[in-house]
Amino acid sequence: MKHDLLGLKELSAEQIKNILSEAADMKKIVVGAKEKKIKNLQGKTVVNLFYENSTRTRLSFELAAKYMSANAANISSSGSSVAKGETLTDTAETINAMGTDILVMRHSMSGAPHMLSKLISASVVNAGDGMNEHPTQALLDMLTMIEHKGHIEGLKVAIIGDIYHSRVVRSNIYGLTKLGAEVTVGGPSTLMPMGIEELGVKVFNNIHEAIVDADVVMGLRIQLERQKKGLFPSVREYFRFFGVDDSRLKLAKPDAIVMHPGPVNRGVELSTTVIDGEKSVITQQVTSGVAVRMAVMDMLIHGGF
Amino acid sequence: MKILIKNGHVIDPANGIDAVTDIFIENGVISEIGEDKDLTGVEMEIIDATGKIVAPGLVDMHVHLREPGQEYKEDIETGTRAAVCGGVTSVACMPNTNPVCDNAAVVSYIKQKAAEAGYANVFPIGAVSKGQEGKILAEMGEMAFAGAVAVSDDGHPVENSGLMRRAMEYSEMFDIVVISHCEDMALGEGDMNEGAVATAMGLRGISRAAEEVMAARDIIVAEAIGGRVHIAHISTKGSVELIRQAKRRGVRVTCETCPHYFALTEEACMGFNTNAKMNPPLRTAEDVAAIKEGLRDGTIDCIVTDHAPHHADEKDCEFGLAKNGIVGLETSLGLGIKCLVNEGVLTMGGLIEKMAVNPSRILGIAKGSLSVGQTADVIIFDPRSKWTVDIKKLHSKGKNSPYDGFELYGKPEYVLVGGEIIINQGELMK
Repeated sequence: MKHDLLGLKELSAEQIKNILSEAADMKKIVVGAKEKKIKNLQGKTVVNLFYENSTRTRLSFELAAKYMSANAANISSSGSSVAKGETLTDTAETINAMGTDILVMRHSMSGAPHMLSKLISASVVNAGDGMNEHPTQALLDMLTMIEHKGHIEGLKVAIIGDIYHSRVVRSNIYGLTKLGAEVTVGGPSTLMPMGIEELGVKVFNNIHEAIVDADVVMGLRIQLERQKKGLFPSVREYFRFFGVDDSRLKLAKPDAIVMHPGPVNRGVELSTTVIDGEKSVITQQVTSGVAVRMAVMDMLIHGGF
Repeated sequence: MKILIKNGHVIDPANGIDAVTDIFIENGVISEIGEDKDLTGVEMEIIDATGKIVAPGLVDMHVHLREPGQEYKEDIETGTRAAVCGGVTSVACMPNTNPVCDNAAVVSYIKQKAAEAGYANVFPIGAVSKGQEGKILAEMGEMAFAGAVAVSDDGHPVENSGLMRRAMEYSEMFDIVVISHCEDMALGEGDMNEGAVATAMGLRGISRAAEEVMAARDIIVAEAIGGRVHIAHISTKGSVELIRQAKRRGVRVTCETCPHYFALTEEACMGFNTNAKMNPPLRTAEDVAAIKEGLRDGTIDCIVTDHAPHHADEKDCEFGLAKNGIVGLETSLGLGIKCLVNEGVLTMGGLIEKMAVNPSRILGIAKGSLSVGQTADVIIFDPRSKWTVDIKKLHSKGKNSPYDGFELYGKPEYVLVGGEIIINQGELMK
């Protein structure tokens, strides 16, 4: 039986803990080892199929594969048969037929990797599907939180920004609530999806209430084209009411950490002083990302989570 | 050719008949109802309907037959064959074909193709506007004379309120009703019903307001000018309430719903099931309850399928890219029995009213009854007999049904269209 990572919605708390535990070991290789090379995926092939632009996630998966001695190849939507109008199903079956073991996929449509996983024999890793999930991002966020706080259970995590369109927030909600954290989400009401509270989070349209006593403050990227679609009046007004700056950050716990999945719009989601400040762990998140992806791919090939 | 349907439980709400009796058919026409006829020596076919229900053939006033133009999804022959297999002996087909059915020539073409196919009766619905573009009225008078029984821009809402007003005024001269697909596009952009289920799957939600805003507008326009409108495929509690209030005020509004709006909820979409993707979208249990209450109290006049066949490639894809709609002609009677009659929402006679009598009245066609002198469109089924839906075996070209494996009741055992026995003991005869 093959294993996939489609989302944290589908995983148990135990499985998430297992991944985080192996990721902590992998991180020692990423940051500590003299030579970043282990043999866990030797002879295996990882294909990154990215239908959306990505720098850090794609590079992170590619390095994770290479650190484990896998063969890694990348396909992006421009310059491939995707641009010629081939269906997702046909593209995936083609890649599958070339002997791929793990297909890492990013797609603009929610559920695309779920559909694909039923059709191909390679393990599918969801690297972001539409507005649904981005499970490895949430796992790397949780790994970073554990490194700083020692645990997830009982943490208060405030996630601020465009909740409606964010797959990062959904995966974090599933993962964090399963591990016992208290999650609050904050942002403009026009970027807040209906029924989000039924996922087990508290909702605030006032950033102060959302941030108060938080152990973790996470900003989410605001896509600037959302403003053109009329979902909020201006970037200036967004920052005035929802931007995380030094004074607002004082409402969080004194030892709070600040996170962001990147890339950050400086002065929109977070002020420059917050991004570069001592509470920021944004670059550590990036390192955690490689470790988490190594753990996930290793476990997929060797029996699952 | 003479046919005697013996000893069946005849349900003919149009004539107030609900009794065990016989029906005698001569030359395709119902010639007598009753048991006292002396038939000694008459050569005829006898159908024993003991223990079964004998009812007028169903009339489905909202069907997409896809021809002309999209024969890869369905054509008039396969669509009407599927209809007959579901006990639907008359369909009214929507004009969103290619070319659009917005002129008399296309209306005549559809009627001719239907006659050649020889399954169900087909009543074309013309477009409200030329090309369904929502700008200029289509030639409704010519279409009505060619056989169109209603006008609709179904698939595309008539966004311009002034055009909707003109359509109601103009169509009335030819005694055809405007069927309104209610959807405010600016509120309706999305993949499924708005709420926690959509949010949890990262799908864009369609607000109930998208449907209700336009239903309210059409009611207000009809009320203001004394016009008449039929609201298509209502799916929300709010729409039911708007129409209930309008009917109390005497507004000339009628409406329809579909089996999926009382048989399924938005949760059918979970797992990114594209066979549960439709427009209007599946709603919540609260809406389902309101739809059933609307059917029970008479607010909702008709049950239609919105039969929308698609090619497999148009559903075996990303949820966001999948086409809206499901096939329904072969499952509507079964779902009506299972979800409405067996649950006590409607009597069997009430179900036949919603599925045969009322659509015929709204369209002004001589169907939906077993009156003496009427063309013999008759169905015979056993409402206690169970059958299991196998979508691979559907007669429609489209296999896009969310009901695979559902246990339903009352598959038609005999279907007569114009006195011709097309389904005989459950077997398709042509």
